[in-house]
Amino acid sequence: MDLLHILLYIQIALSASCLYRIIRGPSIADRMVAIDIFGVLVVGICGILSITLERGFILDIGIAWIILSFIGTLTLAKYLSGKKLNE
Amino acid sequence: MISTILITVGVLFNLFGCIGLIRLPDVYNRLQSATKCGTLGTCSILAGVLFHYGLVDSGVKALIAIPLLFFAATAAAHALVRGAYHFGIKLGDKSVKDDYKDAVR
Repeated sequence: MDLLHILLYIQIALSASCLYRIIRGPSIADRMVAIDIFGVLVVGICGILSITLERGFILDIGIAWIILSFIGTLTLAKYLSGKKLNE
Repeated sequence: MISTILITVGVLFNLFGCIGLIRLPDVYNRLQSATKCGTLGTCSILAGVLFHYGLVDSGVKALIAIPLLFFAATAAAHALVRGAYHFGIKLGDKSVKDDYKDAVR
């Protein structure tokens, strides 16, 4: 087991530790922050995994995940601030 | 070699960001720590992927993902903290200054 595999397992454990804040967050904004950061950490997992597996297409999954996480977070923030989606 | 160093730095930034996400007292502090983890940490990991592959097709994918992630995470964090403030979530007990309260009305 080389260093990249250890870093990959650390990154997976970090993204699992975000689930603590998603479950135990006192308010809804805490949960949304944790969901946003969970998406970013999964993009990091995709980057390391594409090196350890030597497959380049996993980076495509990462790019798609960035865009979907961005749109989801913007929609939830709009919902939080109490406006309609077309304002 | 340099790609391994960049990925290690990125994972360390993600580690500090997750510690801040779990340990800090209120939403705004957590968001500050967590966004730093997103931009610096994961962008550093993607830069390591770019140095590992070089400028072939996989490396160019990582090169595209870096500015996309940088601007998307920052804009999403700004929208999120604005929405949380307008929703009425209070600052923590130890916060001493709230300048946005005067600017919002």
